[in-house]
Amino acid sequence: MTPRFAPGARLHHDRARDRWVVMAPERMFVPDETALEILRLIDGTLDLDGIIDALAKKFDAPRDVIATDVRAMAEDLRARGVLLG
Amino acid sequence: MNAPLALLAELTHRCPLRCPYCSNPMELSRAAQELTTEEWTRVFQEAAGLGCLQVHLSGGEPTARRDIVEITRAAHEAGLYTNLITAGVLVDPSLMERLRAAGLDHVQLSVQDADPAGAERIGGMKGAHARKEAAARLVREAGLPLTLNAVVHRQNLANLPLLIDTALAWGAGRLEVAHVQYYGWALANRDALLPTREQLDEATRVVDAAREAHRGRLLIDYVVPDYHASRPKACMGGWGNRFLGVSPAGRVLPCHAAESITGLVFPNVRDVSLREAWYDSDAFNRFRGTGWMPEPCRGCDRAERDWGGCRCQAFALTGDAAATDPACSLSPHHGLLAAAVDQAGAPEFRYREFRREPV
Repeated sequence: MTPRFAPGARLHHDRARDRWVVMAPERMFVPDETALEILRLIDGTLDLDGIIDALAKKFDAPRDVIATDVRAMAEDLRARGVLLG
Repeated sequence: MNAPLALLAELTHRCPLRCPYCSNPMELSRAAQELTTEEWTRVFQEAAGLGCLQVHLSGGEPTARRDIVEITRAAHEAGLYTNLITAGVLVDPSLMERLRAAGLDHVQLSVQDADPAGAERIGGMKGAHARKEAAARLVREAGLPLTLNAVVHRQNLANLPLLIDTALAWGAGRLEVAHVQYYGWALANRDALLPTREQLDEATRVVDAAREAHRGRLLIDYVVPDYHASRPKACMGGWGNRFLGVSPAGRVLPCHAAESITGLVFPNVRDVSLREAWYDSDAFNRFRGTGWMPEPCRGCDRAERDWGGCRCQAFALTGDAAATDPACSLSPHHGLLAAAVDQAGAPEFRYREFRREPV
């Protein structure tokens, strides 16, 4: 499963407030740290397992712990219409 | 003081439709007064610099401007998320493709009713409904996300289930079901538009059921009407708190209806920067925060949640823009709303139109 941004959704750097925001049709929100780590890795080619591997390595954390967090967050972002796939 | 998050760019008041609840002011600006492409480009750059993240390209009908593609590109290049708010009747395949290529992010398409005859009576334009359906197809073919915006009221609420079907059939990912808000043209048509309590309750039930039935496929945003409320809405998230608008003639507004409040002088982008308008103008500071509030808002634990409600509605109904919004049950004027509901039921509209030139 390869997550990608839904049409009209993207990550945007809010320069004025020095933070990242998710922009989507007529809504915007500030992602939490876990969501942001995932969203920054979405490039339309890396699948969910690849994202889990990358974050397990980056945070030097057990893969199963990272996997639980990433899968839950990806599901939440899908439900909010930000991600497809 | 917060920086603004969103800019409403009202590019023109020209529109082929004549909806009797139009949010434009009664006194419409003519084409000769409109800001130029270059002036809008500067507005977008200043808005982005000020902290705005998105722009709503609106009107009137924004595609009535011949430079709509250049304007869209300028907003995109300024770094703003671009949302086109359109009636769709002027959109052809070539324009849609050029808008997409210019960086358009999203389209919000209005629909006046689910059945063409009703839609065309309400919008006051023959043939509009079929053109809107064609525009929806063009938006989808361009790969852009589509929101359908259905303004609902006494004369089309019976068709709300069909409006939801229309959103699904036209491929919208999002539907706004927005009850009319009563200022300007809509206030002049209040007797024809105000729904009954039974209509409102049924609409709320229909929306709740549709949200459940179409979860994951259609997102439904629901704007409820003040006239049956006991607490006011947090209009604009607070005056001068998150939002600014620029009118076709360049006036900088805390709310698109703010010009209905007489006695306020709005800064113009032809005279001042957006930054000066936002931070320093009397108009933006007049109702900012809570310091201006009279009783019963003063000291109310909801003061920073609803910001005293809508200034335009307070002015329209009480003659005092600093009064508590009569939508609040604590307002001494709250009874005006129930009285208006009791009085409603007129069949005919007064359509939106440019004021006739004196002979």
